[in-house]
Amino acid sequence: MIHRECGVLKTTYAADMALYPLPIARWTVAGLAVLFGLVLPFALHEYYLSIVNLIAIAVVGALGLNILVGWTGQISIGHGAFMSVGAYTAANFAVRLDFPFWLALPLGGLMAALVGAVVGIPSLRIKGLYLAIATLAGQLIIEWTINHVTFISGGVQASIEVPRPTLGSFVIASQLEMYFLLMTFVVIAIVATLNLMRSRVGRAFIAIRDHDIAAELTGVNIFRYKLVAFAVSSFYAGVTGVLYTYYLGIANYEQFQIVTSIDYLAMIIIGGLGSVLGSIFGAIFVTLLPILIPYAMEAFGGLFMSQAAVRNTIPNLRLILFGSLIIIFLVVEPEGLNRLWRNIRNYFRFWPFAY
Amino acid sequence: MRMLAIVLTGLVGVALVGVGPAGASHEIVLGLQCDRTGATQTVGVNLCPGYHDYVKLINAKGGVNGHKIRALEIDHEYKVPQGVAAYGRHKQEGAVVISLYGTPHTYALTQKLTEDKIPGTSPGFGRADATDGTRYPYIFPIAASYWSQGAAAVKFAKDQLKGLKGKKIAYLFYDNPAGREPIPVLEDLAKQEGFQLRTFAVPPPGVEMGAQALDIAQRYRADFVIAHLFGRSPSVSIKELKRVGYPLRKVVSFVWGSAEADVEAAGGFGVAEGYNTMQYAGVGQDFQVIKEIRELYKKEGKEPPEVMASTVYYNRGILWAAVAVEAVRNALKAKPDGKITGDDVKKGFERIKGVTLGGLLPPLEITPTDHEGGGWVQIWQVKGGKFVKTTDWFKAYQDVVAKHIQEAGKK
Repeated sequence: MIHRECGVLKTTYAADMALYPLPIARWTVAGLAVLFGLVLPFALHEYYLSIVNLIAIAVVGALGLNILVGWTGQISIGHGAFMSVGAYTAANFAVRLDFPFWLALPLGGLMAALVGAVVGIPSLRIKGLYLAIATLAGQLIIEWTINHVTFISGGVQASIEVPRPTLGSFVIASQLEMYFLLMTFVVIAIVATLNLMRSRVGRAFIAIRDHDIAAELTGVNIFRYKLVAFAVSSFYAGVTGVLYTYYLGIANYEQFQIVTSIDYLAMIIIGGLGSVLGSIFGAIFVTLLPILIPYAMEAFGGLFMSQAAVRNTIPNLRLILFGSLIIIFLVVEPEGLNRLWRNIRNYFRFWPFAY
Repeated sequence: MRMLAIVLTGLVGVALVGVGPAGASHEIVLGLQCDRTGATQTVGVNLCPGYHDYVKLINAKGGVNGHKIRALEIDHEYKVPQGVAAYGRHKQEGAVVISLYGTPHTYALTQKLTEDKIPGTSPGFGRADATDGTRYPYIFPIAASYWSQGAAAVKFAKDQLKGLKGKKIAYLFYDNPAGREPIPVLEDLAKQEGFQLRTFAVPPPGVEMGAQALDIAQRYRADFVIAHLFGRSPSVSIKELKRVGYPLRKVVSFVWGSAEADVEAAGGFGVAEGYNTMQYAGVGQDFQVIKEIRELYKKEGKEPPEVMASTVYYNRGILWAAVAVEAVRNALKAKPDGKITGDDVKKGFERIKGVTLGGLLPPLEITPTDHEGGGWVQIWQVKGGKFVKTTDWFKAYQDVVAKHIQEAGKK
């Protein structure tokens, strides 16, 4: 097949260090850029575009959680809370101080990073399940704080309406405009994560995940890098929260409760821990599944039951299917959709040879 | 490999089937968001069938001015992203009105509904400030908001206690934004009527309130309890208050703790004797429209479904559908060809008046400035194994509620 490394000779360090050293990979990226930049947004109906937008937001969040869980090995059930920190920070800056979107967004991310680093402090002493519970506490504390401190939440209803994002005098309102805005952040997040993992920091993360004592012996400052992992991951979460806020036009903490944290964990587990592509696959999968099942049931369900029964079945079927898919993935392919994709790729790479 | 291929083919197949034609001509689509699996599923499983049955009844009678109606239900599991995705599909399928479900969802979709000019209804929940139609032109609470419910609860307490001066009222609420929404109104009324108000928060998930019940009954010694709880917590409140010996006839619950399901989960109608519930739709099966739905089922040779026994939620489902259908009917008066838009239906909503379905609906009067339709409620008491109507439709302290709506508008 076309995908082979032989004959690709690198003569400079720059060529060796390129993000995509293989020509085919570069062509794929270029192809995807054309597809997502020129074809998809103009070919898709507004509704499908709105689904792509929801996926795009989820991709940023899943990448962030994967940095923490997949690469650094620190389990977190507080991702949703960090999103709400970003959301409320940006909303407060936007409404009270009239900050524009492009200033409120990094501020939301930074505040989330700060809070995330604080929540991450126990990670020095505790690991695994214990850390998961510590982050769960973080989730509950942050939820409670936003719920009760009216200075942050903006009143008893705990919602802050934000204006549409603007670039200069251009108001980003339609799904298409929103698509380009969100895609910008998706691309930034993907490239940043890819590069982060190739850097000294990323290697330290992976060392900590694989064996923290060995990592410490080789000179990795474990405490510092664990906190960095929490901060970076929370920064992504904060940005996701801000994107959500501006996408919906309102900051509301009820969108970022424990269920959200668990959904994001499901995304990276189904997609594949410790991989950029896996985060994307997972975000697509988890966002799309509840949307596709009703379509399938409406189309085929009428064949073997009444319409009223179909309506009753859809929600339950979704839960059953979602639960069983997670189990199937854990049993059959613990490394997630990303591994399945790699298997397919390798199959064609080695074809016609088995191995 | 093979498994993956099957999965992929299946997904692609599903996607292709889904992209069908968006329905026959002049079919009017009503969007319905539901929660049959999430945190408040007891509501969804009983309410949504009521909605569908009313639509079926209207269609059996030949539709609205000859146009058939299709109710497109999407379950969102009480998750906001899924609610937003559901909204997208409703919009794509050309829904002219969307019956929202859930306070966070109402907040999340307010801006989109306004931009797309599609009216959304939020009966009995959602944002009280949306009563002001000039500020939120496309949100229609159509039933008493939490502010109106709070005011009505105080009025009911006043009637029961023969005056409120110096009395102690406890407000037992689920600790989330929806639960806190009525507090400013209650505080104002406390000043105005001269009673003492203390709030008792129940943290989520609301299955533990022994301490609060004990506090209310033994330490604070409240003269009256106004309860505002959701999901499983109303039944817990009945049980706990009963356990500490507080008389349930001095408790009134807001609309989401007022169903047969809540009473049954608390141990049955015998246990909850005296418990007062607030309703925004008529309770029971004694309505012409319900008889017609039963006949419709019989004509099809089927037994009427069991959910009809859950009359509180089932009847509310009828109310949701009936108000939406009425708005569509008003819109069709202006455009008889059936090509109505969300904007037409919005104007249709604002002309709703005098539709009561024989007492199942309150005497709603929705106007461009009042999207709540008056804020009517009834109180039904648990008495002798069933709900008994203790008050007719009433509303209270509308001046105080109006003041809060005005203040919210200034923000």
